[in-house]
Amino acid sequence: MIAQLRAPLLFALVALLIIGTGFLQSWNTALYILNMGLISAIMALGVNLQWGFAGLFNIGVMGFVALGGLATVLVSMPPTPGAWSAGGLRILLGLALGAASIVAAIAIWNRMRPGRGRTLAMLAVLIGGFFLFREVFDGGVAAVEAISPATTGYLGGLGLPVILAWPVGGLLAAAAAWIIGKTALGLRSDYLAIATLGIAEIIIAIMKNEDWLSRGVKNVNGIPRPLPYEVDLQNSAAFVDRAASLGLDPVTASTLYVKLGYGLLFAAVLILILVLAQLALNSPWGRMMRAIRDNEVAAEAMGKDVKRRHLQIFILGSAICGVAGAMMTSLDSLLTPGSYQPLRFTFLIWVMVIVGGSGNNWGAVLGGFLIFFLWVQVEALGPILMTKFTYFLPEGSPLAQHLVESAAHMRLLTMGVILLLVLRFSPRGLIPEK
Amino acid sequence: MDILNAMAALTNFVLVPAVAYGSQLALGALGVTLIYGILRFSNFAHGDTMAFGTMITILVTWWLQSVGVGLGPLPTALLALPVGIVVTALLLLGTDRIVYRFYRRQKAAPVILVIVSMGVMFIMNGLVRIIIGPGDQRFSDGARFILSVREFKAMTGLREGIAIKTTQGITVVTAVVVVLILFWFLSRTRTGKSMRAFSDNEDLALLSGINPERVVMYTWIIVGVLATVAGVLYGLDKSFKPFTYFQLLLPIFAAAIVGGLGSPLGAIAGGFVIAFSEVTVTYAFKKVANYLLPGNLEVDALLQLLSTDYKFAVSFAILIIVLLFRPTGLFKGKSV
Repeated sequence: MIAQLRAPLLFALVALLIIGTGFLQSWNTALYILNMGLISAIMALGVNLQWGFAGLFNIGVMGFVALGGLATVLVSMPPTPGAWSAGGLRILLGLALGAASIVAAIAIWNRMRPGRGRTLAMLAVLIGGFFLFREVFDGGVAAVEAISPATTGYLGGLGLPVILAWPVGGLLAAAAAWIIGKTALGLRSDYLAIATLGIAEIIIAIMKNEDWLSRGVKNVNGIPRPLPYEVDLQNSAAFVDRAASLGLDPVTASTLYVKLGYGLLFAAVLILILVLAQLALNSPWGRMMRAIRDNEVAAEAMGKDVKRRHLQIFILGSAICGVAGAMMTSLDSLLTPGSYQPLRFTFLIWVMVIVGGSGNNWGAVLGGFLIFFLWVQVEALGPILMTKFTYFLPEGSPLAQHLVESAAHMRLLTMGVILLLVLRFSPRGLIPEK
Repeated sequence: MDILNAMAALTNFVLVPAVAYGSQLALGALGVTLIYGILRFSNFAHGDTMAFGTMITILVTWWLQSVGVGLGPLPTALLALPVGIVVTALLLLGTDRIVYRFYRRQKAAPVILVIVSMGVMFIMNGLVRIIIGPGDQRFSDGARFILSVREFKAMTGLREGIAIKTTQGITVVTAVVVVLILFWFLSRTRTGKSMRAFSDNEDLALLSGINPERVVMYTWIIVGVLATVAGVLYGLDKSFKPFTYFQLLLPIFAAAIVGGLGSPLGAIAGGFVIAFSEVTVTYAFKKVANYLLPGNLEVDALLQLLSTDYKFAVSFAILIIVLLFRPTGLFKGKSV
């Protein structure tokens, strides 16, 4: 009885926390937590698919999230005039040449007889290919980045509706996951972890430095939104009238309207993914996945293709993270590669999954909301508590000042403590796997 | 053709920085590899352990500087280092007592311990940021150079100079001393031998009457020493920033895995492999090439294979290549 009520009660508690934030602080903050909680829940579902279902230790979540963000720019920004003719095609040709030389090198490795000849031929193709790639690619990059660098200086996107970017973000992340999975999935768990950690750093490095792609650290702002702008709403007479009839002033009403709109869109995506994940979990496919997770050797002996299944679920989970990343960037309508930090976008998602309950989709969703709520609130509460704590110190003492200032970093500490407490006293999470 | 100047430029911009960086990575990788060999998990908190030890050392350094104690030409941080080591070792022992021991007793799967170390990583990272803040700290003092470019040019009459920073000299000397002591300890002392026995075969070691808790305790103390020394040397050579130390995790793990996890000798080799490839691949060879090429063939291009921002890609690429072609690393490591 209690066990059955546990999940609904916990969800009710989280809802209460968010509504309480609305009453005590502001509805803006509450809706922000709700929207980011929805996105976090989707990311946690992706990680839960990989870790909870299949036991794959992926700590490159940040990279897939960032690729989703990149997708919003590539899909929805207007194309930069003249960029494609100036050097865009040359860049694509360069990239194609680079990819071709890698494929050729792999083909040589697989086809030729082992020996010194094979190694030399492969190295020759790789080194020659690299210089050819740089020769073609660098010229194109220089041409594209020269186009009014202060405002554009990049290829731009396709100018399509931004909602399309969400599935495209998933596809982009899936493609990256395929490449990573092909090379790294055969490795043991800690090697896979380091490999994914490295890939994520490389993806961020590429997004920071390849200005032709998404302006690098110059950021892309003003990404189109799926919802109207607040200013336009405030200027529309019909909207102002409706707001007045609800007793709200137009500015508040417009921000709430936009945030609620995002919330509904995100909730729709979350419900879709959650339903699919639940169906997958209870299908024969899901049972096979858990069988592989629990005993790889036995599953392989039963004729299951462990490597293929791992690749499959690695791609699926990463794609979900990519979708969430695209949603997050379209919520901010801003792509800032410098803001992707592994503690926030990889390890925090892991805390959500572990605290919520790995292997249980509802657990991952709960963890997403709860941990994001704490992540926001601890930052706000830290300085308040620290001010109380330093009460006994003399007025204006440098130590007290330093403590209050640094209390904003309390949230990292808190997340660590929560993770350790859950691992110790409730190792299967708040809503354990059945 | 001007081979001497080319050599000098290469030494100054590639050899010297890579040797210093390699020593720092090697010390870091030794810590990771020891934990892997004895406690049998990949410790994700290692970068933040290094940051913690460095932070304590910096605080003591500041205090020493404020009371006017120094080492003359050598950085004051060397005087503060022992305090940093002791505090870090105590922190690690405390963490082991409160956190890791429970899972060791349960014989938890290594991957659970890795996740636990993520929690420890969060806590240590938060502690460091709360105590010293997330900003950049420089704490090296004393003489800046052992050998400056001008002295070298005056000595040899070459157009290219070689500079050796004091911190680079100290890094290499300290690393050599620490590694020698570590290898002497592991191969000659009773405790060191029991540690190696425990790492090779836990059951057999237990049967021979080795006390596992004692082995674990010594491991954490040694790891505290290695992490603090590595962190302080890195901070002296470059600068201290908590986030940079967290990011060092990647090249350090790459070094430990390339060398073969669990093999101390491998960790050192791996550290230098990673450091040399990072520095070589991201160095612009224009100058060196122009000294070597005849005048009419001089190049204008930078001849830089990858921009320095992609140095992570280098350690990563080497890691993948080694894992694909030699999964246990250069020196036979463990493959659990």
